[in-house]
Amino acid sequence: MNPDSLRASREFAAVDRALLAQRLRRALPADAVLVDDESVRPYECDGLATYRRMPLAVVLPQDEAQVQAVLRICAELGVPVVARGAGTGLSGGAMPHAQGVLMSLARLNRIVSLDPLARLAVVQPGVRNLSISEAAKPHGLYYAPDPSSQIACTIGGNVAENAGGVHCLKYGLTLHNVMRVRALSIDGEVLEFGSHALDSPGLDLLALVIGSEGMLAVVTEVTVRLLPLPQTARCVLASFGSVVRAGEAVAGVISAGIIPAGMEMMDKAATAAVEEFVHAGYPLDAEAILLVESDGTPEAVEDEIAQIRQVLQAHGAHDIRVSRDEAERLRFWAGRKAAFPAAGRLAADYYCMDGTIPRKRLGEMLESIALMAQRYGLRCLNVFHAGDGNLHPLILFDASQPGEQGRAEEFGEAILRHSVELGGTVSGEHGVGVEKLGAMCAQFNEAELESFFRVKLAFDGQGLLNPGKAIPTLNRCAEYGMQHVRGDAVTHPGLPRF
Amino acid sequence: MRIVGGGSKSFLGDVLQGDLLDTRGYAGVIDYDPAELVISVRAGTSLDEVTTLLAAHGQMLAFEPPAFPGATIGGMVASGLSGPRRVQAGAVRDHLLGIGLIDGQGQWLQFGGRVMKNVAGFDVSRLMAGAWGTLGLIAQVSVRTMPRPPLELTLRLELTEAAAIERFNRLAGQPLPLSATAWQAGLAHLRLSGTEASLRAAQAVTGGEVVGEVEAAGYWQALRDQRLPFFAGGTQALWRLAVPGTTASLPLQGEMLMEWHGGLRWLRSDMPAAALRAAVSAVGGHAQCWRNRAPGVASFEPLQGPMAALHRRLRRAFDPQGVFNPGRMGGEF
Repeated sequence: MNPDSLRASREFAAVDRALLAQRLRRALPADAVLVDDESVRPYECDGLATYRRMPLAVVLPQDEAQVQAVLRICAELGVPVVARGAGTGLSGGAMPHAQGVLMSLARLNRIVSLDPLARLAVVQPGVRNLSISEAAKPHGLYYAPDPSSQIACTIGGNVAENAGGVHCLKYGLTLHNVMRVRALSIDGEVLEFGSHALDSPGLDLLALVIGSEGMLAVVTEVTVRLLPLPQTARCVLASFGSVVRAGEAVAGVISAGIIPAGMEMMDKAATAAVEEFVHAGYPLDAEAILLVESDGTPEAVEDEIAQIRQVLQAHGAHDIRVSRDEAERLRFWAGRKAAFPAAGRLAADYYCMDGTIPRKRLGEMLESIALMAQRYGLRCLNVFHAGDGNLHPLILFDASQPGEQGRAEEFGEAILRHSVELGGTVSGEHGVGVEKLGAMCAQFNEAELESFFRVKLAFDGQGLLNPGKAIPTLNRCAEYGMQHVRGDAVTHPGLPRF
Repeated sequence: MRIVGGGSKSFLGDVLQGDLLDTRGYAGVIDYDPAELVISVRAGTSLDEVTTLLAAHGQMLAFEPPAFPGATIGGMVASGLSGPRRVQAGAVRDHLLGIGLIDGQGQWLQFGGRVMKNVAGFDVSRLMAGAWGTLGLIAQVSVRTMPRPPLELTLRLELTEAAAIERFNRLAGQPLPLSATAWQAGLAHLRLSGTEASLRAAQAVTGGEVVGEVEAAGYWQALRDQRLPFFAGGTQALWRLAVPGTTASLPLQGEMLMEWHGGLRWLRSDMPAAALRAAVSAVGGHAQCWRNRAPGVASFEPLQGPMAALHRRLRRAFDPQGVFNPGRMGGEF
């Protein structure tokens, strides 16, 4: 193995917990350092609860100076640091390190300033995503990225994961809506990435830091771009006789030159599950439904809805409904947004995947998933951000049944592997964390993984920030036995694969 | 080794040393599927060829890159330059989906891909936008394409500089299809892009005199490609100032042209570089000397402190021997 991945993934020597706690308590207020098991327990996992680990200590700094103090202590003692926002992540990216400190940034929760004319808000990392839009609303502005956890998730976590949402086809990901990130290196140095101007000197490190899963620096302040609130929005609900036809309709809408505000697909199983739960009025006889949203000025929306309706009809939609008022539009969306809890009602456990594939292969992918479901003997609900090819298959299982969790994980990995084979990626918006380390071996070769480690070490020479996440070591890939595949280099592309 | 495509931006940055690596032999479209909104091309492909192909399918590169004569796709990414539509659509890096790169050890590396959403691994492909080839040789590029707007309408208004800054930013805070703004010598141009009905509604808000379609298209192209009389000739240095858009009139001598709702200001000036840079930096921006650079003046804003050290380490991570474009971004970079 090359020295870079060795250095970045080294084992950490055990540190005396009492000594560490003593050092941290000298730097932070008494209530900001937690070490006993009972207080630390709530931090043992993030939104992916199957991966749990107890850290040596949890710290809750209140300001940048305290974050800096913690980082300096950890750098000096060689202790790993895992930063955490609200802990809503779905890939285990904020799972603690057993020899490390878990640093919650939840107390850095102030909106520092909001400039309506410049359409910028400066916020601390612990500010919740939705509260930015709430603060901007009186000015007719909002923050566009809207991950489904937006009432709870924080902007710091959004930056770490490059979070998306249902509207990112038109409005982009976190990357496209953040102007500036202020962060600290593991040595406590202040680094400013980006600025309030549209260009900054040097390399575009802002693009590199966004989505880096807390492995390069710890975010202490973020400037987000605010957009004018659309005057109006309407949603089209269309039914299709097959998932393949619905997939073709998605491509048809884009081909017609339309970029809808959102374009979501659900299969029959997912539709039935949510309908029973929230009564959104979805047709139960359709093999797939599409939700297509248009927003903007009333004139533009009217034009676009007419165009969308025409395209969907031409692609064989047999029932098309357009929301008549805001209440109906919200009802259409309520079903989609309830997909995850609905899965939670159907099974003891569910596992949500996050691959992205080229849009035109949606139908093919769904057929493969149906075959995999038979093979692994598990049910799967399919909900997609169809407009950008981002899949969220929800695999249902019961962890108390011997072998089911293992089968669910194998099923999930088969989906991700197939995403790469179809020319896609193993993660569209949830991040790699600990969950998709194995799948990463399918997407990147040794040289590429090594260059990720070199980037990590350029920022964090000791490899202390969130070690063991996001990038698999070459050893791990070898042990895993996962062959590197690439969309353009699959042998026998016509053969079905699981 | 100095990497050169069409050489259309070789007036920027420092004079390159080393053996010439001409990318134009590695050209051609690899894959273009309009319904996927993505095109993959080899780096030596001419920008003109790509934009012509997209236009034939009713699509465009929404960041409106400058089409200097001879420009290639590799140079478009390496320079990271975007045109007037940047305020609405984003920059080159926002549309870059994937890259095939040859690093300083001669390894072929692939980052990103052909899909819109991709958070697997660090976003190395976007780091290449604006890196001026100092991290590696860009070999292949996948970039997002967008539908061309059905209609565009340009309006002209007489405004002072201060009023233009205020007006542009007020309009940008409203849900209007505002796709570009520019101001020079008391005259503001605004471009709206969308359907007929939405343009009509927006025009009622913006006001202004309608500019004829042909004249308007010519104006925005000339602005994008720096062929307006403002950019021509002269002996004064031409500076490119990136500043927060709402920054009030800067205390600088010289003639100014403004784009991006006030966020980009071009200045023709004889001012000493240090004083100019200090004034721009004081408002949170930075200055690049674009043309007619005096001896001893750095083209790019020099980096300081921990940021310079970080750049040094990153440069080594991709190109340990410093093979590619040494000094292109100024000094040791």
